[in-house]
Amino acid sequence: MRSNRMGWGLLAPTLIILGIFGLLPFFYVIYVGFFDWNVFSAEVGRQFAGADNYRRLVFDEEFLGSVGRTLLFAFCVVTIEMILGFLLAQTLVRDFPGKAVFRTIYALPIMIAPIAVGATWKLLTIPGFGLLPYYLDKWFGIEYQLGSHSGQAFWTTVVMDVWHWTPFVTLTMLAGLTAIPKEPLEQAQVDGANRFQVLRFLTIPMMMPVIITTLFIRIMDALRVMDEVFLLTGGGPANATRYIGILIWRVVFPQTNYGYGSAMSLLVLYMTLVLAFLLFSVLSRVGKQNTSEK
Amino acid sequence: MGKKRSNLGLIGTYILWTMMSIFTLLPIYWMVVVSARSRVELFSPGKFWQTTFYAQNYTNPLTSPAFQRYIANSLIIATSNALLVITLALFATYALSRWKLNGADNIFFWTITNRMAPAAAFILPLFLLFTRAFKLGDFMMFDTRIGLILLYCVFNLPFAIWLLKGIIDGIPIELDEAALVDGAGRWTILYRVILPLAAPGLAIAGILCWMFAWNEYLFAAALTSTRARTITTGLAEFVTVTGTNWGEMAAVATISLLPALIFLVFVQKYIVMGLTFGAVKE
Repeated sequence: MRSNRMGWGLLAPTLIILGIFGLLPFFYVIYVGFFDWNVFSAEVGRQFAGADNYRRLVFDEEFLGSVGRTLLFAFCVVTIEMILGFLLAQTLVRDFPGKAVFRTIYALPIMIAPIAVGATWKLLTIPGFGLLPYYLDKWFGIEYQLGSHSGQAFWTTVVMDVWHWTPFVTLTMLAGLTAIPKEPLEQAQVDGANRFQVLRFLTIPMMMPVIITTLFIRIMDALRVMDEVFLLTGGGPANATRYIGILIWRVVFPQTNYGYGSAMSLLVLYMTLVLAFLLFSVLSRVGKQNTSEK
Repeated sequence: MGKKRSNLGLIGTYILWTMMSIFTLLPIYWMVVVSARSRVELFSPGKFWQTTFYAQNYTNPLTSPAFQRYIANSLIIATSNALLVITLALFATYALSRWKLNGADNIFFWTITNRMAPAAAFILPLFLLFTRAFKLGDFMMFDTRIGLILLYCVFNLPFAIWLLKGIIDGIPIELDEAALVDGAGRWTILYRVILPLAAPGLAIAGILCWMFAWNEYLFAAALTSTRARTITTGLAEFVTVTGTNWGEMAAVATISLLPALIFLVFVQKYIVMGLTFGAVKE
């Protein structure tokens, strides 16, 4: 309508900041990925290495193992959180006295810094004074040692993530549930449909868009998991909880392997984008089918 | 019959949510308990309740100049970032809403997709840029507050724009036009017409951006060393340094979640609205 000059002018500061701090690092990581650049290596400076970093990467068992572990972690936490979140949201649809209090308490973990989540769980699970090792031993005779049992460490990170993010899933589901029309549900009940049928054939199809978006957000977030695990286990014991973010951190900082770290960052970035795209097309197709089915 | 069943259901709901509240609060409760115990007290196991308060865990960090700086940095960074983000987001959403700007949407889509990638993937390029490229004479972006303030815009700005877009779009364009006819300039419209109507949305966006910036750890840890360290990096330092002082660490963690607690108690409804907005939106 009017001259676009002012529009672009208003947008300019945003674009400049996103360009410098968002786009530039992205291109820089592509560039550095082609170099052999280790700050503490014998040769000073960096050397052009072509695709060597990538060639090494696709056979790097540590990297592939970490990718696999991250996927397994994401699968476990997202499955638990989605089912639990959906069921819990069902109980919050109806108003009851004290609901607001419960909801406030329950929303607390979402707002806590991930690193502080790691700290709380560290204090809970630490041998010596942690509640968990003490009571597991006292009541069930289970020896709980986060620092030496890789299985326990893995499942502790899963439970921690469930604790941290199920509230988010519950609240989005609740927002979705309160937004869907009530009449069809009541009508179905009058017509003699049981609870399960209502859930399966009415609530879930109507909730599909919300379920899909939440699922998508949670999968992408679970793949990025870093701070809380970093503080809780540091990636250990051995490499049991060394998820991809922690692996990149190790390659970049303690090992100062800049070229290799860049290649790894870029590959992870690329895999995430491909996964996001695939997930999105699969999920939206499932969503459409489910809606047209009824 | 129906009444009885719904009463039973209500009791079930209370039992369920009491259990959920215990599950949610237990780790936090334990953290507060640890923060109130002296070292000797801490290692006498089997004590679940706390009756004494060992204030030194709090007074030690709170009186240490380094830790005071961490808190000040966190406050300055989070507040400046939130103010900058909502200002720029207001400009940007207004521009996106009132002008047809070809290609601008793609840029936001791109940054939002970038946000989904592991943040760790961006540590290295940012670290190199901050230490080697962003320099001007003696000034280096590494270990400065302004560096983090600007960097946090990368994930807060797209979020704020996304949150505000619907709100600004919902303000009828006729209001702009009426003001234009009355001879108001664009800035006056933005300030007098749009700002008051978008204020609640801006407040939600501002609070959430403030929380994200306050909570951020990874970039703060990688891109600062001493001067610009934040409370989250201070918290992590307790664990990496040998001979962890658990009581003080718990105290610092407790301090770090106070803002979250305050926001939740006072504006819980809006926070939940802001957080769940993305998932429920068309």
